[in-house]
Amino acid sequence: MSAPAKLRPVTAPLVVTANHLRSGRVVWLDAEGGWSERLGAARLFAPEATAEAAMAGQAGERALLVVGAYAVEVALKGGTPSPLKFRERLRAGGPSIAAEPRPSIAAEPRPSIAAEPRQPLPLAS
Amino acid sequence: MDQTAPIPPFARTYRYDGIDRDFLAARIAEFRGQVDRRLAGALTEDEFKPLRLMNGLYLQLHAYMLRIAIPYGVLDARQLRQLAMIARRWDRGFGHFTTRQNIQFNWTKLEDVGAMLEALAAVDMHAIQTSGNCVRNVTTDEFAGAAADELVDPRVYAEILRQWSTLHPEFAHLPRKFKIAITGAPHDRVAAKVHDVGVIARRNAEGAVGFEVWVGGGLGRTPIVGTRLREFVPEADFLAYLEAVLRVYNALGQRENIYRARIKLLVRDLGEAFSRLVEEEFAAMPQGRYRLAPEVVRAIAGHFAPPPFAMLENDPPRHRRALEAHADFAAWAGNSTHPHRMPGYASVVISLKPIGGIPGDASADQMDAVADLAEAYSFGEIRVSHVQNLVLPHVRQEDLHALWLGLRAQGLATPNVGLITDIIACPGMDYCALATARSIPVAQRISERFASLDRQLDIGTLHLNISGCINACGHHHVGHIGLLGVDKRGEEVYQITLGGSATNDAAIGDLIGPAFSYDAVVDAVENLVRTYVAHRQPGEAFKATYRRIGAEPFREALYGAA
Repeated sequence: MSAPAKLRPVTAPLVVTANHLRSGRVVWLDAEGGWSERLGAARLFAPEATAEAAMAGQAGERALLVVGAYAVEVALKGGTPSPLKFRERLRAGGPSIAAEPRPSIAAEPRPSIAAEPRQPLPLAS
Repeated sequence: MDQTAPIPPFARTYRYDGIDRDFLAARIAEFRGQVDRRLAGALTEDEFKPLRLMNGLYLQLHAYMLRIAIPYGVLDARQLRQLAMIARRWDRGFGHFTTRQNIQFNWTKLEDVGAMLEALAAVDMHAIQTSGNCVRNVTTDEFAGAAADELVDPRVYAEILRQWSTLHPEFAHLPRKFKIAITGAPHDRVAAKVHDVGVIARRNAEGAVGFEVWVGGGLGRTPIVGTRLREFVPEADFLAYLEAVLRVYNALGQRENIYRARIKLLVRDLGEAFSRLVEEEFAAMPQGRYRLAPEVVRAIAGHFAPPPFAMLENDPPRHRRALEAHADFAAWAGNSTHPHRMPGYASVVISLKPIGGIPGDASADQMDAVADLAEAYSFGEIRVSHVQNLVLPHVRQEDLHALWLGLRAQGLATPNVGLITDIIACPGMDYCALATARSIPVAQRISERFASLDRQLDIGTLHLNISGCINACGHHHVGHIGLLGVDKRGEEVYQITLGGSATNDAAIGDLIGPAFSYDAVVDAVENLVRTYVAHRQPGEAFKATYRRIGAEPFREALYGAA
């Protein structure tokens, strides 16, 4: 059996995140004990308060408000929390892509093709 | 199922009978009750999770995701319109077609799922067995029933497999998920050799249908090309033989370690013994009970009877004139059509890979438009390919220009099928809770880099596949160029494999060297393509050049001389 992975000690402030039980949206535990879709509203926990943060998340689960609560380390930028891990920044900000299909524009063939038309359809056997 | 139920005249998809509908209604009611109990606190998430997964509902990074089965990738216009309606009403107006010929909605709310499932059931669709350790959606050739090279219509046997495997009591709790692909053409367009079971339907010298059975292929953490178990399983023995395979796997497959639980590892570890065990199990089964009766096959085949094709000539004057008059149409027709078994017809691939777009995504408006075009030009039939494109299987050649105009109006006429921008990409970390890196924006950047159609045509056939984690939903192992995004100390980096193939010459790509950063990976692909162009012989595609000259020139181009 392999040795258990070493846990890196928590050194940064924490926020608690989860998915909203009904909508599934990413939410953050706020200062009033509610759950907000805005990371900026998140309650900050001191690095040494991991147990308290975990308990606050579990309370949200027990109250049937959220699912899968856990604590996330953040850096404070101008007082606003920003998750240290890329995955959590992605969760906070939503997909990094314009999340709707893009119509084809650039791929439309240019007139230069005219000189060399592609093979017509192969004959069916 | 009741095989005597009348088949509606417009059907070219399997039509549910009363038994199917009653079952589905009961199943939805059951799941609605489970959702209600979850929301009321009577079920914990640990208790609810396996129940929702059995109904295709995942909890992803940003929301719940509903994965809907498109049986063997076959849809009719009515079903596609219903998917469009679901996208508009309960999601964000689009859906994502997957490498398993399914569709996913990424912004589902738990409380809406019951209504979504009822909307699906209204058009004979569901989300059952799109997750969990069971037999998943059976996939097949997107040109089934249409391809000029087809020997056996695989939809018939895919449907038989679907009915056999749906809620099969022995196989509801397999060691791990189980994926079956079946083709009826000598050209493997279903990646049969990298599935848990790959089936190649053919006819023997007497014209009888039988099945070549491959087992133990797969991608993911341990990619393996499958092993051929039997060269020809007679039609009557088809279900019994596959049942024997599943039984051996169910009995001996690992359950303790999820990473060792797929059948490919059992087959690899047992070697010849696996085949012997299957044959022993098969021999011990009551053959009469498991016999696939010809009348059952005929009844199912009735659902897939050919549409009323007209007697036409190939290469009709109207089509010829359009090709000569419209170079852009000719360019599209050159790589978006596939030979049809009926003279005067073609199958049309609709690229869901616009330059800079999200591979496999279609808006609700586009789905509606494709449904309209399918009714106008393809007997109302639509297919989903495992390459994440759509197909209109039966289009008159003389209608191709009109169809192209209709597709172009919807941004669906990108002429890149089979080219470097026809990229397979999983949702990656933009959506998927398992992902370790993003896939979609990498695909978008590569697509934009190679946007020039002239250049794409010059590069020729090149399959570029991207996965955002080791689970390999983006089939990176079998891409001619494969990219695998991984997390390296908090940064996204991309490993590159070369020389993979998903078809008859199936191969797992070679890892070429150290990974590239998110910023550097597009330039790395550029280097690979330039190296290929510099070394290729006339008419030689990327895969062939790689196999001829080996990895070293590509490695040198990426990392410099050793």
